[in-house]
Amino acid sequence: MLKIGSYVRAKSLEEAYTLSQKRSSVILGGMLWLKMQNRSVQTAVDLCDLGLDKIEEQEDCFSIGAMVPLRALEIHPGLQALTQGAMAEALKHIVGVQFRNVATLGGSLYGRFGFSDVLTLFQVLDAKVELYHHGVMSIREFAEFPRNTRDLLVRVTVPKGERRVCYLSQRNTATDFPVLACAVSEAGGHYTCAVGARPGPAVVFTDEEGLLKNGVSRESGEAFGAWVANRAVFGSNMRGSAEYRRKICAVLVRRCLMQLEEV
Amino acid sequence: MEIQLTLNGKKLTCAIESDTLLIDLVRQQGCFSVKRGCETSNCGLCTVLLDGTPVLSCSVLAARAAGHQVQTLEGLQEEAEEFVGFIADQGAEQCGFCNPGYVINTIALLRENPDPTDDQIRAYLAGNLCRCSGYEGQLRGIRNYLNWRKEERHGNV
Repeated sequence: MLKIGSYVRAKSLEEAYTLSQKRSSVILGGMLWLKMQNRSVQTAVDLCDLGLDKIEEQEDCFSIGAMVPLRALEIHPGLQALTQGAMAEALKHIVGVQFRNVATLGGSLYGRFGFSDVLTLFQVLDAKVELYHHGVMSIREFAEFPRNTRDLLVRVTVPKGERRVCYLSQRNTATDFPVLACAVSEAGGHYTCAVGARPGPAVVFTDEEGLLKNGVSRESGEAFGAWVANRAVFGSNMRGSAEYRRKICAVLVRRCLMQLEEV
Repeated sequence: MEIQLTLNGKKLTCAIESDTLLIDLVRQQGCFSVKRGCETSNCGLCTVLLDGTPVLSCSVLAARAAGHQVQTLEGLQEEAEEFVGFIADQGAEQCGFCNPGYVINTIALLRENPDPTDDQIRAYLAGNLCRCSGYEGQLRGIRNYLNWRKEERHGNV
């Protein structure tokens, strides 16, 4: 059970940052995962009054506030067009509409959860994360940032531009966590692949071996899928074994590549 | 701490703890249609509308609802009345425990998308679990209601 000593609606990022420096404090995102924990929190800091719940389309990017709910991302026409529907595909399996109206982008990314569909997709969008204290960094850098860092995720920017994106996941049952999540993007002939729910956090692979240099065919897609599956580290949990995930990985990567060709 | 919010159109001032959940607050106010089910944010039984948006009240702090409008099924009976009979006609409610969550989320769906396809209905209601039925009865009920509504509207043109 989650116990909270005091609840504070921060009036500024500085106030939220200062309050969050104590180990007994916590920043509230959607608090869906947080409330599952058996934990006592001295101060819960809410960012809901800081205007971070907006998706702003700028000339060269989409700027997404940390408090934007996943449902808003899922139905945003600009993000759907940018990702050819991959954004909705990545999010629509997460529990239900009511859950996604509560879960936030910031909460989903800051935890760098192993099961995260969100982290997996954003890894292939060349996204950048803005932390209040540590500044702007690529989401890949952020994914490896020390977990005990006490900072605020302010917003995420997703650059515009020609990019084909595909997202696929395997689930044992609808609305459950993924057994494996896979996102692939192509920009300027360069392919980026993220594999999440290994069950560890998503990791990124690029076509270092040039397996796709002559384009994507069933054979080259299979070769790249097998290469990624051999390179990725998988684990076992109640949803699937490492060996099962390895086999699924090769298939999902190949399917993503083949679907990209249809975009 | 003290918060002010509007519950089913009525302005309230409530004394709450920092960790009071919205589900507990609305039940304290007599809104017993809102039920505690899974405790893992999965079942949709505790769905309420927060500023018109369906959310899981078991996962929202009451403090977060301060200054906002909260609606439970108690405040939406007129809107619900039109179609719940169609669900009952299918025997879809069976034990009835999941029904308030189902009904309130269907209201949210139909406000957002007045003419959904079957797939859109299934997708929107995926976060409402029912352990009696196979969901087909609810789907048939909503479909029958939508067909009836279309006929009514065309008949009135």
